[in-house]
Amino acid sequence: MSNSSDLPIANHARPRRSFLDGVTAQVADVGALMLDGLIDVGRFSIFMAQMFGWLAGRLPRRGTLLPSLYQIGVLSLPVVALTGTFIGMVLAVQSFAQFRMLNMETRMGAVINMSLVRELGPVLAATMLAGRVGSAMAAELGTMRVTEQIDALSAMGANPIHYLVVPRFLACLLLIPALTIIADFMGIEGAAVYTTQFLGVDKHHYWENSSEFVGNYDIFVGVFKSLFFGGAIALIACYRGFHCDPGAEGVGRAATSAFVQSFVAILLIDLLLGIMLDTIYYSIWPQTTSSFL
Amino acid sequence: MVTMPLPPADSLDAPILRIDGLGVCFGHHRVLQNIHLTIQRGETVAVIGESGCGKTVLLKTLIALLRPTEGAVYFEGQDLLRLNEKQLTAQRIRYGFLFQMAALFDSMTVAQNVAFPLRQHTNRPEREIQRIVVERLTEVGLPRNVLARKPAELSGGMRKRVGLARAMVLEPELLLYDEPTTGLDPIMSDVINELMLNTRRRHPVTSILVTHDMRTAQKVADRIVMLYPTSRLGPDEPQVIFDGPARRIESCADRRVQQFVRGEAGERITEMQLTNGGR
Repeated sequence: MSNSSDLPIANHARPRRSFLDGVTAQVADVGALMLDGLIDVGRFSIFMAQMFGWLAGRLPRRGTLLPSLYQIGVLSLPVVALTGTFIGMVLAVQSFAQFRMLNMETRMGAVINMSLVRELGPVLAATMLAGRVGSAMAAELGTMRVTEQIDALSAMGANPIHYLVVPRFLACLLLIPALTIIADFMGIEGAAVYTTQFLGVDKHHYWENSSEFVGNYDIFVGVFKSLFFGGAIALIACYRGFHCDPGAEGVGRAATSAFVQSFVAILLIDLLLGIMLDTIYYSIWPQTTSSFL
Repeated sequence: MVTMPLPPADSLDAPILRIDGLGVCFGHHRVLQNIHLTIQRGETVAVIGESGCGKTVLLKTLIALLRPTEGAVYFEGQDLLRLNEKQLTAQRIRYGFLFQMAALFDSMTVAQNVAFPLRQHTNRPEREIQRIVVERLTEVGLPRNVLARKPAELSGGMRKRVGLARAMVLEPELLLYDEPTTGLDPIMSDVINELMLNTRRRHPVTSILVTHDMRTAQKVADRIVMLYPTSRLGPDEPQVIFDGPARRIESCADRRVQQFVRGEAGERITEMQLTNGGR
């Protein structure tokens, strides 16, 4: 048993701070936080500019692009298709009771398909990509940074951004529209199967109403947004990996922050593009209102 | 594709590398200060010093992986800091770099790792690339059956040897070794020392190795440069406390050099006790 006099005295020697000192310290902390944020934004902008510079200057070799396409596109396909199917079914389950109260069950398809094609399909595909691919990219590049593999690339005269970031960015950008279309298709099919086979809604009227309300522009909106989601996921994940803190903890933190920041970016881009695309749509066709209402 | 420039004939007698008033700071932490060095073509220089004194930072600054806060590094009279991306790439393929943990690409096999610089910078046919890869691996004493293995399947010594084969594959003019024997048993350390000597016999190469292993430094190097931690120096005091032939380091009168050569803790123990007591 140790003597109590041997124990370190925690607060005894700490000088008492005045109220003004406390406020000053708080302001300094907030200032330091803002400064760190600004530095991070600046670094990210430079990183993005370098990536676009290399993309415009020289395309990556087939040998570096193909593994990224396979990793990002082919391996993400099952999980995107599965979650798309379930989301479609869940939408059918949740909306059926409300539509039945209004005796409008056959119109469920219009609402479900519209939400899937414009919002849920692209956001879901992007979220799955951020979770499955984004964190893995950040962890892989982070490990490469920590183990000096990125330095080794530079030392051998290969630009790490051209060699590691450009193929990943291109793969995300090129394949996210395909993943979105698959998520849309599987969601629409899942909802249709559940509604017509399990809830007993008439198949003919269900599809007729669906095709009446969902147009090519809606599909375009979803696919167009997905391009920005894919680009943002690749850039954020690669940036986090490249600027990873040392050690296993740093790699873990890079993977987590890549997913969280990508998800926030997806939602923010979704909102901004939604507003922008609607504004463009109504400025081109001002008389159009939603015929569903 | 980058072409490998040849040094001009009149520059063969001039130093290959000149470090002029080099200083590196990370935030408020000064790692290197006031370093002046000249490396002659064909020389093997060992940079020694205790852990944390900035040896690896110096090595990375020499290949422009890190930007110095002050001073300059001249490779054949050309300031590395003034080079653009393309010129820097052309310059870097004249270097070979063996990293401390070898820094092999995990996703590639041994053969792909060694072939990487060849595929990146030359248009050689695949058959010739394979031939060179096998040749380099044989030079470092590795059998053919490692070609298809991933770095994770290799021992520390084998990784270092693959790293050396990769660093040598473009036949560089300047080889940088970052702690080549750290983490290896004495026998494997001596194998690496012999490989460094053999490499020099086979290819006309200038080498700079960073180490805190005195056996390696004395066996491999012609010249030893000792760095002292900046935290123990006054502002602007030169960080190089010894620069001379390897055989003379043991007779150096400087107490700090003697302490390092003999591996004596000296006043560090007293300082540590004071630090612990002060808490």
